[in-house]
Amino acid sequence: MIGLWSVPLLFALPLALGILSLLVTPAWRPRLIFVGLPLLTLASVDVLARLVLEGPRIYELGGWEAPLGINLVVDGLAVGMILMTTLVASLCALYARVYLRDYPASSSFFWPLLWLLWAGMNGIWLAEDIFNLYVGLEVMGLAAVGMVALRATPQALAAAMRYLLAALLGSLAYLLGVALLYATYGTLSMAGLQEAAAPNATTHVALALIILGLLLKTALFPLHAWLPPAHGGALTPVSALLSALVIKGSFYILMRIWLVLGPEVTPIFTAQLLGVLGAGAVFYGGWMAWRQHHLKQLVAYSTVAQIGYLFLFFPLVTGTGPEAARLAWDGTLMMLVAHALAKAALFLSAGNLILAVGSTQISHLVGISRFRPMSLFSFGLAGVSLMGLPPSGGFTGKWLLLHSAILSDQWWWLIVLFLGGLLSAAYIFKVFRMSFREGPQIDRSITPPLTLDVTALILASASILIGLTAHLPLFWLRLGSAFGAG
Amino acid sequence: MSGALVFAWSGVLLFGLGLFGFIAHRHLLRRLLAFNIMGSGSFLVLVGLAQDGRGVDPVPHAMVITGIVVAVASTALALVVFRRWYRASGRTDLPEDT
Repeated sequence: MIGLWSVPLLFALPLALGILSLLVTPAWRPRLIFVGLPLLTLASVDVLARLVLEGPRIYELGGWEAPLGINLVVDGLAVGMILMTTLVASLCALYARVYLRDYPASSSFFWPLLWLLWAGMNGIWLAEDIFNLYVGLEVMGLAAVGMVALRATPQALAAAMRYLLAALLGSLAYLLGVALLYATYGTLSMAGLQEAAAPNATTHVALALIILGLLLKTALFPLHAWLPPAHGGALTPVSALLSALVIKGSFYILMRIWLVLGPEVTPIFTAQLLGVLGAGAVFYGGWMAWRQHHLKQLVAYSTVAQIGYLFLFFPLVTGTGPEAARLAWDGTLMMLVAHALAKAALFLSAGNLILAVGSTQISHLVGISRFRPMSLFSFGLAGVSLMGLPPSGGFTGKWLLLHSAILSDQWWWLIVLFLGGLLSAAYIFKVFRMSFREGPQIDRSITPPLTLDVTALILASASILIGLTAHLPLFWLRLGSAFGAG
Repeated sequence: MSGALVFAWSGVLLFGLGLFGFIAHRHLLRRLLAFNIMGSGSFLVLVGLAQDGRGVDPVPHAMVITGIVVAVASTALALVVFRRWYRASGRTDLPEDT
């Protein structure tokens, strides 16, 4: 009965491997991925197959009923996030196995942290109650902080410390919100809260605390200050994991809680305010990305900008018609998945370019197009998705959001989508302008190992492919949601 | 004011006090202590409010125990990062934002 085991396996296995990898010698730690990756891929595919065949369901862990036991939700959204995590994290792990050979000291602790991070993320995607979301958030957050600190340079330690302080503040605000909600409604489960929710002062305060805490963890402008040093300064595979997946964890929680409590309980201006902050993030992040001289800092600021698009979800889904809300849901999730794939590809290929020229400065990329076309090609493909050019996932996502904005008569979000795309084009082409400039005629660049180029290319291609075949994943993601499967 | 609400309000007070310390201080150890005070405040709210008129409820206790474990783990991690940072830079605070 593999079906019954695949759900708990998704977080029990990474947890077990995390502990196991601490027990074996450092040389053996990377090899555990040859056990973990196939099993996790199998479990993810099995969960998807069961979702498609048998429909969404609630899984009772160990057969215990809530509140004594823990309920896991296996709906389209959760399964979509699980598959995204499996794909991105597997490729990052394969990349890291080769990349970290140059960093033996960091490598020995990277592997346990990777498994813990994975367990935390899968725990978040599956959690049905707001307290287990908190636990997942903490497991993921602490592992992420450890990963940022891996490099152990003063800059990396300062970035890790800043990240940790932001994360701790965010999770305490969230926890206090959970405490207030439990005191008011006597339940922690999403379904229970949805039934009981009523607009009163306690709920407003609780929701404000939860939203603020999660905004800080998602690094939405203007609470983004911790993100660029942490994401831009970490080791390349760590940057990719953090930017592609970890920030999505807190956004996912926000999205779920909003759909349960938001529309009934919050005043309409909250949703508009979140949208405005998102717009601010798109403009500020894009502008700052364009001004960077350091390649990975540019990519990190691009994450600040791309987070902004996701927050257009709230004004487009709150108080609008069912069709506009469905388009907003589809568009936001397409943006989320496309960004995860494209940003991982962008960080990995940026890491390859940095390896090739031996410098982190964008100005040192002069002439690289002649010698390292494959690394640059992955960077470009991922860039196409971030700019939102057809036929990429980024284009499909923006197109759906655009339709939703027109349907709900909120034309001002069109400006954000349009100018944001232009700004992304500006910073992506800034890298290209340098790379295509004629430089030295002799190849002085170092050839990165093939695995590094291939993993980046697969992720970049996936970010384009998801746009071409958007229909099917969007159908799966809608299973079990309020937006139906129609 | 019932007994339970006394606990809850003390919790809110502690949380606010901790938040003030967390923002006002620059020394990382002080900020870490402030974080722990905030944590204790939210645990007090959890336990205090849940007792209000509903008799004994085991769920908040389970949550607080989990919360304490999380807080201890976070504090330990923060101390390790802080020690490494202090050894590497000789500073007890973070450099100003660039």
